[in-house]
Amino acid sequence: MIRFCLNGRWIDETAVSSDMTVLRYLRTQQVLVGTKEGCGSGDCGACSVLLGELAINESGDGVWSYRAINACITFIAQLDGKSLITVDALATKGSAKDKEVDQLHPAQQAMVDYHGSQCGFCTPGVVMSLAALHENQRIKQDSEPADHHQIIDALSGNLCRCTGYRSIIEAAGNMNDYHNNSTDAGQVGIWQPAAQLAVATTEKPQADLLHGASLANNTSQSWVAKTEDELKTLLAQYPKARMVAGGTDIALEVTQMHRHVPQLIAINDIPSLKTIKIEDESILIGAAVTYSQMELILNKYFPEFGQLLHRFASRQVRNNGTMGGNIANASPIGDTPPVLLALGACIELASAAGNRWLPLNDFFLDYKKTQQQPGEYLRMIRIPRLHANQVLKVYKISKRLEDDISAVLAAFKFTLAKDKKGRGGKQIVTAVTSGFGGMAGIPKAATKLEQALLNKEVSMQAFEQAAQILDQDFEPMTDVRATSKYRLQVAQNLIQKCAFELSNPELVTRIEALNHSDLSLAEVASEVSNRA
Amino acid sequence: MRKLIDIPDKEPTNVAGKELRNRPAKTKKSKGQTGQSMKHESAEKHVMGSAVYVDDIPEYPNQLHIAVGGSAHAHAKIKSIDLTSVRETLGVVDVITVEDVPGHVDIGPVFSGDPVLVEELCEYIGQPIFAVAADTMEIAKAAVLKANIEYDILEPILTVEKALADEFFVRPTHQHIRGDAAKALAEAPHRIQGQQHVNGQEHFYLEGQVCSVIPTEDGGMKVYSSTQHPTEVQKLVAEVLGISINKVQVEIRRMGGGFGGKETQAAPLACIAAIVANKIGRPVKYRMSRHDDMVMTGKRHPFFNSYDVGFDQQGIMLGSEIMVAGNCGNSPDLSDAIVDRAMFHSDNAYYLNNATVTGHRCKTHTTSNTAYRGFGGPQGVILAELMVDDIARYLGEDPLTIRKRNLYGIKHDHIRTANDEVDERNQTHYGQTVERNVLPELIQELEKTSDYWQRREEIKAFNASSPFLKKGLALTPVKFGISFTVQFLNQAGALVHVYTDGSIHLNHGGTEMGQGLFLKVAQVVAEEFQVDLDTIQVSATNTEKVPNTSPTAASSGTDLNGMAARDACLRIKAGMVKFAAEHYGSENDKAQQSNVRFDNNNVIIVKDSGEEVIVSFADFVQQAYMGRVPLSSTGYYKTPKIHYDRNAGKGRPFYYYANGASVSEVLVDTLTGEHRLVRTDILHDVGRSLNPAIDKGQIEGAFIQGMGWLTTEELKWNDQGRLMSNGPATYKIPTVVDTPFEFNVNLLKDRPNGEETIYRSKAVGEPPFMLGISVWSAIRDAVASLAGYNYGAPMNTPATPEQVLRSVQDTKDFVRNSAEGEKD
Repeated sequence: MIRFCLNGRWIDETAVSSDMTVLRYLRTQQVLVGTKEGCGSGDCGACSVLLGELAINESGDGVWSYRAINACITFIAQLDGKSLITVDALATKGSAKDKEVDQLHPAQQAMVDYHGSQCGFCTPGVVMSLAALHENQRIKQDSEPADHHQIIDALSGNLCRCTGYRSIIEAAGNMNDYHNNSTDAGQVGIWQPAAQLAVATTEKPQADLLHGASLANNTSQSWVAKTEDELKTLLAQYPKARMVAGGTDIALEVTQMHRHVPQLIAINDIPSLKTIKIEDESILIGAAVTYSQMELILNKYFPEFGQLLHRFASRQVRNNGTMGGNIANASPIGDTPPVLLALGACIELASAAGNRWLPLNDFFLDYKKTQQQPGEYLRMIRIPRLHANQVLKVYKISKRLEDDISAVLAAFKFTLAKDKKGRGGKQIVTAVTSGFGGMAGIPKAATKLEQALLNKEVSMQAFEQAAQILDQDFEPMTDVRATSKYRLQVAQNLIQKCAFELSNPELVTRIEALNHSDLSLAEVASEVSNRA
Repeated sequence: MRKLIDIPDKEPTNVAGKELRNRPAKTKKSKGQTGQSMKHESAEKHVMGSAVYVDDIPEYPNQLHIAVGGSAHAHAKIKSIDLTSVRETLGVVDVITVEDVPGHVDIGPVFSGDPVLVEELCEYIGQPIFAVAADTMEIAKAAVLKANIEYDILEPILTVEKALADEFFVRPTHQHIRGDAAKALAEAPHRIQGQQHVNGQEHFYLEGQVCSVIPTEDGGMKVYSSTQHPTEVQKLVAEVLGISINKVQVEIRRMGGGFGGKETQAAPLACIAAIVANKIGRPVKYRMSRHDDMVMTGKRHPFFNSYDVGFDQQGIMLGSEIMVAGNCGNSPDLSDAIVDRAMFHSDNAYYLNNATVTGHRCKTHTTSNTAYRGFGGPQGVILAELMVDDIARYLGEDPLTIRKRNLYGIKHDHIRTANDEVDERNQTHYGQTVERNVLPELIQELEKTSDYWQRREEIKAFNASSPFLKKGLALTPVKFGISFTVQFLNQAGALVHVYTDGSIHLNHGGTEMGQGLFLKVAQVVAEEFQVDLDTIQVSATNTEKVPNTSPTAASSGTDLNGMAARDACLRIKAGMVKFAAEHYGSENDKAQQSNVRFDNNNVIIVKDSGEEVIVSFADFVQQAYMGRVPLSSTGYYKTPKIHYDRNAGKGRPFYYYANGASVSEVLVDTLTGEHRLVRTDILHDVGRSLNPAIDKGQIEGAFIQGMGWLTTEELKWNDQGRLMSNGPATYKIPTVVDTPFEFNVNLLKDRPNGEETIYRSKAVGEPPFMLGISVWSAIRDAVASLAGYNYGAPMNTPATPEQVLRSVQDTKDFVRNSAEGEKD
């Protein structure tokens, strides 16, 4: 049995199929049809719902906090002990007898008043993303209206084909005017349901796993592992079971390829896999840490890695997706492995037989093939911190800026030294490691390029010359995202661009950077022209 | 609520003095009439998730779900079909093939060529061959994969070039000829040629194709279909079942987006579902997965265009030979009219003078392309914009200067007619006169409000010094012809009931897909009766209420249905007015019909004596009912003035033109080809706006959709004809980040439509889509800066980073070659 709270009401489920998505469950089992299916693949956000997790605050009280996720790529097993809010329950229903109208949530009222809906089909998802933004600001007691960056970030996973988004952005910026509409008495039960009911489930005796949090029907079984010991036992017993942390990839096998997942183990509730440790020499990230949870750390220690997160996945996907999943799936188009390669990351694999560490570089064998053995799971990722003379550069090329799979992803870790010959303060590359995505069947370092860049001075000409060797490192493929020719050419150009940026770290040189700063174009212009 | 037979408590007092006390101030208007920015009629329901779409309608316990198996090859004959394993799947109830179709097999909307299920010849990958009905959609989808079909594989034709070379067409080639283009070209001081590939576009309505059908007791079918064209769905369902049209009822409350993709493409689903439902006698739902929707249904036509243009020293066009070749896919569908519209719009806003425009309808073994916002117009307009940009680069002039000189109605003393008179320059290549052209003044205003010329100088300075980031700026106009070019479609019906409590029920043949049509037409009715908008309830479009409707398409929804609803109101009002005059007039003090008026939720009768009687609308309606006055009427409208002789390629196909212009500024990374839209200013002409907020929403949405078509949205097929961009992971529509930081959208003020449209408004659905072309033109402008603005590198669409980098390389090669040329 698993237990979760749906719109303020606790529900026990025992026999739901392991590959039942939350969206399908809501629409067909609960007949809550406000949540829409736009794509079934986590790309459009029409099915956005709010997933609440319980945390104990300083006064010892349980407090639920919510994040928007895509219901279409989340499995029911991932809900155990959680609270789910759908669009159907967001407004406070007025009493018909007293002729009260429904009290809309600020996100809803602003969308109405600013003409934020046209066909209305993406609207429930948009509303939920905005509600998450609003509620999280409210919890922080932030009374300032959301700024442009926060709004864009909150809406990054919601496609709208009708409005062109301007009216939605405007609605988001004015939600605070409806503060009085907010989650008042009538809604408290929905946002902060009685926590003891959830705890009752999560503190199951560990001895008998099959009586713990699990679901079973004629054709499938799923378990919710609450500790690594449980996970190890389950994996030993069911070595073919699939693991799900965020589900943002495995769910696609079900919804897009119509595959059945007969045995599923949810690992998103194992506390030891959800930790981040900052050590003197490295950062340790648990395999089940979501991207949203690691954002601040990455922004602080590896700024360009942090920036990448904004572009490579929507807010909803970052709220569920994990770096562990990105690595374990070994997809050639995963965006974090190339960066981790350049950074020289190691990973820890664990099983009932014991734990082992290996460099990420050795983990990937071939297309979707890795060193991971049956019974093993990915436990931890260790990323060496940058030294003062080291710089991480990350580039992503895609057709669309946000939420698009890369045609090319390039990452470099440079170790630089001032040129001893004193040629006008030029810098010299004393070490470089790289990682490329989209250039081969697996995420891969460009070893010949690394050699060619070694001891070169940092200049566009020198880097351009060194980049010529890249065709010996890679013979990229032509596919739906780009041709082989473009991939190679743009990768080479990026190396040039890298030189420019290393020499001019203060300048805005990325068109996407305009997202993240308040720089008006005129200012960018003058900066670039001043330096030229 | 009153009961039907309620009688007003007391007869309204017709003593002027007494009434005046309760009389509302003269200035107060009823709420929600035309011209006001009322919110979408379903806005609250949208945000609460309570707006019901077809897939949300409660399901019957015995309802079945359909998945369809399609051809694995682009061009092949079926040798054998073995569906045994499909049938034997647990949960599968039935499987149908073309053998199970009781009536017509061909469901082509205009011309034949679209079998509902393949008989023998497969002409695109995904073409429906069989349909599985199962207990759940998941079971049906999984069962489809178990089919065993053997094919004789034939050579497919997959490109427009190949189809052109083989003259492989779905319909005959057509031409518009004005003057002698060949002679003008030969004599022109300058002459250039160019060509472009303009890719298609997936509609990507957020709600995919869906329908739900229920067999009726009369052997008919009740159909809920997400369609822009209920009447066509009704007719085709009747035909495939071999029953009369009156046994089929089609209803659609709202679509989650249409954009043309649900004009003809909804019918195949309804037909397949109806065949299954008819065979097994159970309700059936057919909802396509996003993947199936993208693979199986038609899209915007890709085009291959070319021009040969002659012009004078000032860049004024003297003669041109233009070719537009649409990739129609495997069947005619609506392609004849779509390529016609591309031809009609290959001038965009510019006087071509002597011109020969040729339009080809190429057949390829891909899904049959279909209507999409603009209906071929955008693919013609972008050729005109390519042409004027290229002329500007050739002459080294600013493209805006060349655009302005070539506008319709801008006279130049040296441009003469055959009779040596100054050419009025206002006749299109198909013979329609462009009247009351607002573009010259609209552009003038926009170049001022957008600071075009000052920014031009700033951008030049920026580009001169910036090493690899380059900025581009472009102003592009649009002139879009409003009317279906197929004349008979320009008609509409409506149905208005006034109930005895004064509430009004409105229904018309138009469908709601988010564009706010239901709201706008309700505002028309509110205006006619001078009542508050919330007095009016609009109901689902239903073939039983208004029959024989045209599709909600061609931007015509409000023009046609608004007029039809108004007509119904006028008919009801005529009866009411007559009754009011009789009822309130007396022998001694008559009331003239002309002195009865509707005002602020009241009916006001001024008698000959000057005495004024004011009755609330609701009370008056009750009296009228008691007086046995009909309170319900149909309404009808047909567009006047239009005529077109297709054989001659001459006439007035359009009632009027809608116009607008946009200025876009982009930043391009010339090392990677990436680009970003920074600012857009739009000034658009909607005549007298019925609802400024709705109109602005249409303009903004259309602009972004047009920009997506030309930048990030790339349809890709492999060399077997398989669509590779078959989901949102590979086909990228704009996100919130792609909306420009600065997005100034304004409606042209004080310019009511010169034609007598509904309250002098103008259609707005499609015209602003083409404003997105300014983004493409601005990217070309940024790239042209690499060659001192003297070269316009070809840039096929969409302008993905890869395409832009190719143009950058091309431009750099041009510069290098010119430099080498000079050295020699």
